[in-house]
Amino acid sequence: MIIAERKPLEEIKSMLSGYKKILLVGCRTCVTICWAGGEKEVGILSSQLKLASSGEGNELSILEATVERQCEKEMVIEELRDKVQEVEAILSMGCGVGVQTIAEIFEEKPVFPALNTTFIGMPEAEGVWVEKCGTCGDCMLYWTGGICPVVRCAKGLLNGPCGGTRKGGKCEIDPEKDCAWVLIYRRLEKQGRLDLMRKYYEPKNYRAVKRPGRVEAATA
Amino acid sequence: MAIHFREALKTKDFTVTTEAGPVKGASTEKMQGHIELLKDRVDALNVTDNQSSVMRYPSLGTCLLVKEHGGEPILQITCRDRNRLAIQADLLFAYSRGVDNVLCLTGDSIDVGDHKEAKPVFDLDSAQLIHLVHTLNSGKDMAGNELDGGVDFCIGASATPSADPIEPQLVKFQKKLDAGVDFIQTQAVYDLEELKRFMERTRKMDEKAKILAGIVLLVGAKMAAFMNENVPGIFVPQYLIDELAQAPKGTGLSKGIEIAGRLIRQIREERICDGVHIMAIGREERVPEILEAAGL
Repeated sequence: MIIAERKPLEEIKSMLSGYKKILLVGCRTCVTICWAGGEKEVGILSSQLKLASSGEGNELSILEATVERQCEKEMVIEELRDKVQEVEAILSMGCGVGVQTIAEIFEEKPVFPALNTTFIGMPEAEGVWVEKCGTCGDCMLYWTGGICPVVRCAKGLLNGPCGGTRKGGKCEIDPEKDCAWVLIYRRLEKQGRLDLMRKYYEPKNYRAVKRPGRVEAATA
Repeated sequence: MAIHFREALKTKDFTVTTEAGPVKGASTEKMQGHIELLKDRVDALNVTDNQSSVMRYPSLGTCLLVKEHGGEPILQITCRDRNRLAIQADLLFAYSRGVDNVLCLTGDSIDVGDHKEAKPVFDLDSAQLIHLVHTLNSGKDMAGNELDGGVDFCIGASATPSADPIEPQLVKFQKKLDAGVDFIQTQAVYDLEELKRFMERTRKMDEKAKILAGIVLLVGAKMAAFMNENVPGIFVPQYLIDELAQAPKGTGLSKGIEIAGRLIRQIREERICDGVHIMAIGREERVPEILEAAGL
C-alpha cells in the first residue's frame, strides 16, 4: 500500500493562509491504514487548525469529509460535489494521487496536500511501516529471494553488496538497517539457490515504465 | 617519464600506488605540489572521485594535472554522480587526453558526504561499470554504436577483505573478476592474517588480476578507534590501537607511518600481495616517509 506522513502543522497553516472556509478530505484506503489521513486524522487536523486559527483571532471554518478511495473519480464526485460549493479551498489528506484526483475534478478550486507521500510498503510493527517496492516496472524478485534490491539496497545495486556493508551485515548509511544483499544472500543460501546471485545482471532498463506511467489492461 | 601502469603491473615484482586527493576549490597549487612530490616515487597516482561524497575538484581534472606533470594517473570513477551517458562521455574524454587507467567503484552513499540532499544516481553498479569499460574497449558504446576512435583502458576494481560477512562480498567480487580486471586495489587492511585468507580465496577465483593491498595511514589511536566504529569495511586490530596509544604525545602520526611501513614491508617480504595502494588521506606529503619506512 501507499505510505504517507502528515506535513507539519506550520506548513499546512501557511498553505491555507488567506482562506476562511475549507473542505478537509480524508481517504479510507492506504492512508487510513498508515495512520496519516483517515477519518480519525481528519478530525485531529481539523481541531488543530481550528484551535490554531482561533488563537490568532481568525477562526477557520472547516467542512470534513472522508472518501472511500480518493483516487477514484466517481467516489470523489459523489462524496464531495455538494460540499465543494460551500468552500474556498480543499485540503486533501489523501496521497499525492488523491490530491490530484480532487484537483482534476474541481478545477476551479485550489487543492492543497496535507500529507507527504513517501513510499510503497507494509506495516512492520505497530505504527511502523517500511518500504518494499520501487515500482521499477521490471520485477526481479524471482532471482533475489523475494527481497527487492531496487529500494531495500540504499544504492539500488543489482549485482551484490557495495563495500560499505557494516559489521554483521548492516547498511552503510544506517546501522539499524540490514544490508539488502546480505539478506538476499542468506535467503538464497537457505533455499540452495545461491547460483541466482552469482549470475551477472545487466544494467536496469529504465524504460520498463515510460514515465509518466500508463497501463492499459489487456482485456480493456 | 613514468612507464604505463599496465607495464608496471606486468613487469614489477611489487607495484606501489598512492592517492592525490583533489581539493575543495579551484586552486590547484597544493595538488600540484603533492603530484610533483609523489609522481616519481610510485607506479601510479589514484585520483579520488568526490571522495566520501564530498564535492571537490574533479577526478578527471586532477588526472590531467598528473599527466601534465609527467605522472601516471588512475582515474577513479564512481556510479554515484553520473548516469551511463555521463560516465561514457567522461571516459572518452579521459582516454583522448592520455588518462587510460580507470578504477571502477560503486561510490560511497550520498548520506555520508556534504551534499546530503542530492539525488543519488547509481544508474550502474561497479560490476556493470567494469563491463561498460570493456564494451568501450571493444570499440562500441553501451547502446551498441560504433565509436569513432576506440579506447584501451587498463581496468581496476576494489575489494573489501575485512567485510563482515565476507561471503556476499565475494559473490560480487567474483562478478568483477569474471568481467575482467587488470588490477584490484583493496579497502584498508591491517590484519595481515585476514589478508592472507582473502588472498587464498582470491587466487582460486582469478590467477591473473594483480592485487594491491590498501594501506590507510593511521594518525593516532583515536582515529583508529573512530574508523572501527564509523568506517564500514575497515577493522584496525586492538594491538595496533594500543601501539598508537602508547606512543609519546605528539608522535601518533610518526607511529602511524612506522606501522604503515612495517605492514608494507611484511606484505612485500612474505609476497602476500602484488603490491600496495597507500592512502594517506590528507597527509599526502608524508607518503615518502611511509615508503622509506617500508624500504621502498
